[in-house]
Amino acid sequence: MSDQKHHQASGTSDQHVSAGSEASKGPSRRSFLRAGAASSLAMGAGLLAGNKAAATGDPAILELQDWNQYLGEGVDARPYGTPSPFEEHVVRRNVSWLTADPISSVNFTPLHDLDGIITPSGLCFERHHSGIAEVDPAQHRLMIHGMVDKPLVFTMEDLKRFPRENHAYFLECAANSGMEWRGAQLNGCQFTHGMVHNIMYTGVRLSHLLAEAGVKPKGSWLLAEGADSSTMTRSIPLEKALDDCIVAFAMNGEALRPEQGYPVRLVVPGWEGNMWVKWLRRLEIGDAPWQHREETSKYTDLMADGRARRFTWVMDAKSVITNPSPQAPLMHDKGQTVLTGLAWSGRGTIDRVDVSLDGGRSWHAARIDGPSLNKSLHRFYFDFNWDGKPLLLQSRAIDSTGYIQPTKSALRSVRGENSIYHNNGIQTWHVKGPGEVENVEVS
Amino acid sequence: MLKSLKTSLAISLLIASAGPAFSEGLGLGRTATIDEVSAWDIDVRPDGMGLPEGSGTVIEGEEVFAERCAACHGDFGEGVDRWPVLSGGQGSLTDERPVKTIGSYWPYLSTVYDYINRAMPFGESQSLTPDEIYGITAYLLYMNDVVTDEEFELSKANFTSIRLPNEDNFFFDPRPDTPIFKATDPCMSDCKPEVTITSRARVLDVTPDEDDGGAGSID
Ligand code: HEC
Repeated sequence: MSDQKHHQASGTSDQHVSAGSEASKGPSRRSFLRAGAASSLAMGAGLLAGNKAAATGDPAILELQDWNQYLGEGVDARPYGTPSPFEEHVVRRNVSWLTADPISSVNFTPLHDLDGIITPSGLCFERHHSGIAEVDPAQHRLMIHGMVDKPLVFTMEDLKRFPRENHAYFLECAANSGMEWRGAQLNGCQFTHGMVHNIMYTGVRLSHLLAEAGVKPKGSWLLAEGADSSTMTRSIPLEKALDDCIVAFAMNGEALRPEQGYPVRLVVPGWEGNMWVKWLRRLEIGDAPWQHREETSKYTDLMADGRARRFTWVMDAKSVITNPSPQAPLMHDKGQTVLTGLAWSGRGTIDRVDVSLDGGRSWHAARIDGPSLNKSLHRFYFDFNWDGKPLLLQSRAIDSTGYIQPTKSALRSVRGENSIYHNNGIQTWHVKGPGEVENVEVS
Repeated sequence: MLKSLKTSLAISLLIASAGPAFSEGLGLGRTATIDEVSAWDIDVRPDGMGLPEGSGTVIEGEEVFAERCAACHGDFGEGVDRWPVLSGGQGSLTDERPVKTIGSYWPYLSTVYDYINRAMPFGESQSLTPDEIYGITAYLLYMNDVVTDEEFELSKANFTSIRLPNEDNFFFDPRPDTPIFKATDPCMSDCKPEVTITSRARVLDVTPDEDDGGAGSID
């Protein structure tokens, strides 16, 4: 891909020196503590050593583990692999007080447990309005009609005969961080920022499908509709539809998950997730927006003066530190420390992420690692030598258009506190010491 | 719209089987029949496009609403528990807790018809007749004080003459609306005098697993 960039590490070179030994000791030191340290150490060593003088050291080394000795399951045991049982805490979570019931509801991506830029398919947050539609792909059809030369119907087989493309794009719900408009509320980036995921999609250009039907000259809007029982609809300007929208049938190399719209969904790069209609069954061309429920009652941004913005489609540049964060505090003492997070922009790539350890008084350039792709999550790191004192962590993203992620107070001063949607303000985590991080706001 | 659609469909059906030349496309998919399009083409627009024939009065609508909707939305649209509120809230849009309803917030009446038809009752969508939806819509207009006459009948004919009070208060997205730093670098050091914590999640303590008692809404 042509838009990859490489970012130099900066602000870290002077901090590497003192920290090496602490970092390499990290994991084993933790298992030490878990095993109950010194006494069990001596015992384990004694059993193993028999007559010899009691060995001292880590029982993880001195004792034989089951998996060192016995056979594991064969290749027939797991035809579709799942994560290690030790990772069973890594799951999507719901905030039950948000909605009346879990059918029309949302759960959140566990960002604090993930790394890299791609979200595993089973951990992508879910938002549906009538539950997960279980669609039989053999019975699924996609219809194009309205202001076209020829109304068309496609089967899934038909769709897969168009030229395919692969793109990694983030999908962010416009209501991500929406609970934080009135102040710090939820302790965990899963809940404050987890309505985002980043997927490698395979699909076909919407423009190819529309060309097949032939859009009439007066056609300027497109209505996308889903096949679930909410019959979800959104109006999309034709310009965007022809620019980069994708009709996708695969995510991360395999068929879409039912929660993400199996067998086919719309991909609207850089724009709010509600427009990415799942279980896509119908595309109508028209000459005006439809003003449906999801673009009037919802997904309009109420300002302090009582007026409301509509068609607020693009997702502004945003970033968040995922580690440390309230659900993933630092488990070690002072010394070498990895800070990491995610940054993204609906307008392009991320040029730069700055990190502050002191609540925004001073900033250091973070290191962006991994591919820097258009409208995709970017992974950043800041490696530093922690002095063990409390920290006020912030990150700020700057995108390829020069847009800089604003502070929460800058956002509130233009929009008030009632807009629900499009809160991309700078997040602050208060690291109090080992084991404790809180969601706070600062002056 | 439906009529002109039918005409163009009739024409395209005539030429459909000919098979397009490569320059016209890839020759994938098949022409939709008129019945297929009308089976799925249920959307309604503010200009009335898509409205079916039919009518219903406030009183007729009240009956259907009581039977099919009130269990969740309340007899008067006031909302049961945390199910959505459909009426009231006028004048609350600048309050600390605005109540956004059909009467206080929604810009277009066509959205009410379209949404009820496509998505309600929750769990049994597309089960209402046009007359029932016209009646429910009339009832919701009444509950929101947009019409005041119980005898009022809403129909395809008078539908677009009804305007909702908040229509003019919507405007197009003006973003970006916070400062853009293109030429000048953002501040890197001594950006503010001292930093104090002004808000803590602890105070509200509504994070799941700890306390499930907060209040709010995602959308
Ligand atoms: C079982 C509970 C239930 C019943 C019965 C029900 N609804 Fe709903 N209604 C909901 C839920 C849940 C939502 C929100 C759905 C969403 O956001 O995905 C909703 C949303 C709505 C909305 C949009 C509210 C807004 O502010 O955007 C309208 C209008 C509505 N319902 C009307 C009706 C009508 C009319 C009926 C009867 C024909 C009905 N509902 C029956 C649960 C119900």
